[in-house]
Amino acid sequence: MSDTAPQPGSPPRANMLLAAIKRLGSSALPFVVVILVWQFASLFFPRFLFPSLIDVFWRCLEIFSSGAMFADVLATILRILAGLAGAFIVGGGLALLMVRSRAVDHFLSPILTLFQGIPALSWVVFAIIWFHGIEFRIFFIMVMTTLPAFTFQLLGALHGMSRDLMEMVFSFRPTRLKLFRVMIAPAILPDILTAWKVNLGNASRVVVVAELVGATGGVGYQLLQQQQLFDMAGALAWTLQLVFFVLIVQGALTLIENIAFRYRAVSERAI
Amino acid sequence: MRDSVTPAQSAIHLADVSKVFGKAGSEAAYRAVDGLNLDVRPGQMLALLGKTGCGKSTIFNMIAGLTEPSSGTVRVNGRDPFRDFDSFRGRIAIVFQSDRLLPWRTAIQNVELGLEMLEVPAMKRRATAQLWLTKLGLDGHENDYPHALSGGMRQRVSIARAFATNANILLCDEPFSALDESTAGRLRAEFVRLVKENGKTAVFITHSISEALEIGDRIVVLKRPAKIAYDVSFDADTGQQERELIRSRIGEVLSA
Repeated sequence: MSDTAPQPGSPPRANMLLAAIKRLGSSALPFVVVILVWQFASLFFPRFLFPSLIDVFWRCLEIFSSGAMFADVLATILRILAGLAGAFIVGGGLALLMVRSRAVDHFLSPILTLFQGIPALSWVVFAIIWFHGIEFRIFFIMVMTTLPAFTFQLLGALHGMSRDLMEMVFSFRPTRLKLFRVMIAPAILPDILTAWKVNLGNASRVVVVAELVGATGGVGYQLLQQQQLFDMAGALAWTLQLVFFVLIVQGALTLIENIAFRYRAVSERAI
Repeated sequence: MRDSVTPAQSAIHLADVSKVFGKAGSEAAYRAVDGLNLDVRPGQMLALLGKTGCGKSTIFNMIAGLTEPSSGTVRVNGRDPFRDFDSFRGRIAIVFQSDRLLPWRTAIQNVELGLEMLEVPAMKRRATAQLWLTKLGLDGHENDYPHALSGGMRQRVSIARAFATNANILLCDEPFSALDESTAGRLRAEFVRLVKENGKTAVFITHSISEALEIGDRIVVLKRPAKIAYDVSFDADTGQQERELIRSRIGEVLSA
């Protein structure tokens, strides 16, 4: 009983710091290039086409510091999160039903595929015709546009669980709740986080479309105002609010991934 | 040397058990087990030996309650392990061919798994898991994730996981086949010692005659589809010459 585990040597702290700076630098480089190109263009084009990024920065700051304007940003964020949560819960339920019954799978799969083919704008029109309440319309649009992706991703995750590990856990005769807690939830968590990351991007695009035509507040509504005023700096500043939100949530999801998946082996050789 | 155990004395009892995969009667149907009769007495270490595909794992899964027989009776401690599935919680433990450790759990959390199913309080659970890890020489690796452990260490964690629940029936499906001979030999000896010390009834599936002779105090050789071709019992007093006779007889049966 003397076999031992491999002990990988840890690189010195300075090397790790240098590597982190390099990683940060290479991540920031594309953004820096885009910013420089835009700023350069602003020197030669009129303000309504390419406003200076300094102007855009002040407009962003104005939105942050003004309670009324920031309320519009918050409203949009809440709409995105509510829509995603709704689609995730419904999609999770449907995926569980589909994995338990082949008949349900055969019945629901074509319907969800059909939904996937319907453009977001069509759902906006349907919602306006079918429903009265603005918030319910937006919630409906968000759920319908992200539901198929959530369902199929969760279904794939449930189907992809290791049969060997499942059998091993079953051999201990777990209750349904324990089976979910010790096996199903940890096994599908990576796919859940990926699904959220993918759908977050989709949802932030769809919510703007939904707000453009049906809302009296929110980032989409504000973008419509900027378009009518021909204010490119304002349009960019409002767009950046959503971009910041997506980046923050993506960062939070990545942080969760780093903590939750620390058990994963890391290969020194990349794909 | 044939073992004679009455059904009433049996820890494991299989009567006229058959298992057919696919639609019975159709061309695609595959008979993995055919009218098998087998009784294992409490405290016995039975080695099930047979060629690949002879239905050993199907028998294993039926005893474990993971597969339902197509016909016949399977009883473990007098009850049906498939239909009374939940009633066997903590009574049957399995060591699989591969370690099957949950990758998101540390070594000690993996050992605690069966105890969690039995609602053992956290403190006691941790102490029991630690005890078994220590017994299996894994002190200092409690908080290692499976990927950081060698193959032998991972298999020892899976043995610790099986023993930790103190189940009286232990089922092992070629647990050392993926390890190098030196590590497998050490683990095998350790395994036999623990089974004897703890008075377990064990069914050990293997395709190695040497392993069967080393592990079992009874060997059942199966022919395809799983039906008993040879059944022999022996003990520590069985001499080397007699063991060699058993070995050559098993060889003959397997090559027939």
